[in-house]
Amino acid sequence: MGFLDIDNTTKSYGAVEVLHKVDISVEEGEFLVLVGPSGCGKSTLLNMIAGLEDITSGEIRIKDQVMNGVHPSKRNIAMVFQSYALYPNMTVGQNITFGLEMHGVPKPEREKAMHEVASLLQIEQLLDRKPGALSGGQRQRVAMGRALVRNPDVFLFDEPLSNLDAKLRVDMRTEIKKLHQKLGTTIVYVTHDQIEAMTLSTRIAVMYGGYVQQLGTPQEIYDTPANIFVATFMGSPAMNVVPATVAVENGVPMAVVELHDGSRARLPFSQQNLAAWEGREIMLGIRPETITDEDAADRKSTNIAQMVNRIVVTEPAGSDTFVTMTLGGKDVIARMRSDADVRPGADFTFAVNMEKAVAFDPATEMRILP
Amino acid sequence: MMSVSTQDTAIRTGRVTRALIYLVLLLFGLFYLLPLYVMVVNSVKPLDEITGGGMMNLPRVFTLEPWAKAWSSAQIGVDPTGLQPYFWNSIKMVVPAVAISTVLGALNGYVLTKWRFRGDTILFGLMLFACFIPFQIVLIPMARMLGLMGLAGTTWGLVLVHVVYGIGFTTLYFRNYYAVFPTELIRAAQIDGAGFFQIFWRILLPSSGPIAVVSIIWQFTNIWNDFLFGASFAGADSQPMTVALNNLVQSSTGVKEYNVHFAGAILAALPTLLVYIVAGRYFVRGLMAGSVKG
Ligand SMILES: Nc1ncnc2c1ncn2[C@@H]1O[C@H](COP(=O)(O)OP(=O)(O)OP(=O)(O)O)[C@@H](O)[C@H]1O
Ligand SMILES: [Mg+2]
Repeated sequence: MGFLDIDNTTKSYGAVEVLHKVDISVEEGEFLVLVGPSGCGKSTLLNMIAGLEDITSGEIRIKDQVMNGVHPSKRNIAMVFQSYALYPNMTVGQNITFGLEMHGVPKPEREKAMHEVASLLQIEQLLDRKPGALSGGQRQRVAMGRALVRNPDVFLFDEPLSNLDAKLRVDMRTEIKKLHQKLGTTIVYVTHDQIEAMTLSTRIAVMYGGYVQQLGTPQEIYDTPANIFVATFMGSPAMNVVPATVAVENGVPMAVVELHDGSRARLPFSQQNLAAWEGREIMLGIRPETITDEDAADRKSTNIAQMVNRIVVTEPAGSDTFVTMTLGGKDVIARMRSDADVRPGADFTFAVNMEKAVAFDPATEMRILP
Repeated sequence: MMSVSTQDTAIRTGRVTRALIYLVLLLFGLFYLLPLYVMVVNSVKPLDEITGGGMMNLPRVFTLEPWAKAWSSAQIGVDPTGLQPYFWNSIKMVVPAVAISTVLGALNGYVLTKWRFRGDTILFGLMLFACFIPFQIVLIPMARMLGLMGLAGTTWGLVLVHVVYGIGFTTLYFRNYYAVFPTELIRAAQIDGAGFFQIFWRILLPSSGPIAVVSIIWQFTNIWNDFLFGASFAGADSQPMTVALNNLVQSSTGVKEYNVHFAGAILAALPTLLVYIVAGRYFVRGLMAGSVKG
């Protein structure tokens, strides 16, 4: 039993099931991020934890208490909304203490809690202002203050940073992470931004079409994605997934992929257990940063394969240069050092770190290697 | 060169059209103000100045006598009471009717947008339908209902009639206004532990100023100006101002005191004018907020 258990939970609107048997157990102090494209059911799941949406079947438990049918205010949760949802007619101070007031906390205690939270978030000078007179970042802080002051068991965040500009978003991201490390609270956080998911979480649930596609640590999700959807959704630029055929030479399985001119490159896998796939087609997944020039190849890797291919486009991006080539009939992106000597139209010897390569079953799209 | 000259003509035609528009608007304005002018001017003249012709002339002798008479001593029906008691009758009817129908409209709007239930759109459609039922159709059934409830001929009977009739409009106003009120705020308040009425009083109502003004003005003018219900359902001691004014003007005994009639008509119109002057600028703002986004 975890701290927050989502046990075989489904959600239907009429005849349409929008969440299918979601099963997640969150430990105390964990930072779980629900990530996925628009419409995959992230907010619905969060609202079910909050009690704002009914649970169609299954159970949600917090600290082993079944929450089905329990009113939101009785679950000891707090939520930060995408629009912040600050009460426009109340001052910042009143916004922060409204929940305490509704729970019958006496005024002196409310004031004390308010000042503690305000100093933690550095919004003391804003306490008498109305939300309309705050900047986006300040509103964000107030919304977090309103959640923190309740000292809840679980914090729920629904895309709290998506209304901020890019710079502020990065700053607030760091701040949320600091806050989590400092307070050690349990957090469920919804976002469609995979970088936010990777940087903030202790665990990620990648969702798509109402299913949890994979649940794991950021590293697990990144290195061993459960299927092609997770592989291409997480990471920027996305993982390259190209068709390849499996050949076995001297007991070593290889991915045979077509180069730009129709000739073939042979890229040996690090794992042996691919014999069953000999002669069959697979989908080969290679992260952009594992395709480099020979000098920049990972020295710790025991399996660097070489491949000569033609450069189609180069995109210098300051710290890196992105190089596009054609592999297996698809555009494939490599992430190179910015000083790599790459020119469009030239043939170039790429080094592929096959230790990090992933293989998928083309029919089921599920991972078969590693 | 080219662009300068075209700009020049554009400005000139702009001026000419604008002058024309202002002229036309001015004429319309004068035309609309004419009745008011006639009423005011004739309400402060002695009667012989009016009967001697020259309705448009300014008074030669200025007197407030007709106003005093209309207010406190003119013959209304059988008694020489003036309009005064009927004015208070109207107030006693209008204030509760406006207050109750506005609060109920706000509650309806709140439920219809934030506490959705099966069939709520149909219910709202039916309430909208109430806005289009002509008064005459309900006169007889309403009289029967008031009789059954023991409210016939009372001020509270009139209040009930006006509340029932007004609820369709007030619900429409508040529903459209609350439809664009962020639902996340309601959810935040629920998580904070606020109940149905706490959310209504603490979160929703404080943000409802503009639409409340619309609802109040609309209801106030309609109920104050209503004649048909007043004439049909009021008893002798609950008749509103409009009915009394009619009795004043229609009374067949003696000479027709036009100056008193004019003063009485202005007295009857004064409260609605006042409401518009005090709250008028919120009216347009509220209408925009409610309808454009709704
Ligand atoms: N009241 C409703 N009735 C029917 N379907 C609904 C309702 N609310 C949500 N849905 C459907 O449920 C699915 C999940 O919606 P949800 O809001 O959870 O998506 P999301 O993952 O939060 O997306 P986004 O990133 O756009 O916020 C969507 O396909 C949506 O159309
Ligand atoms: Mg959402």
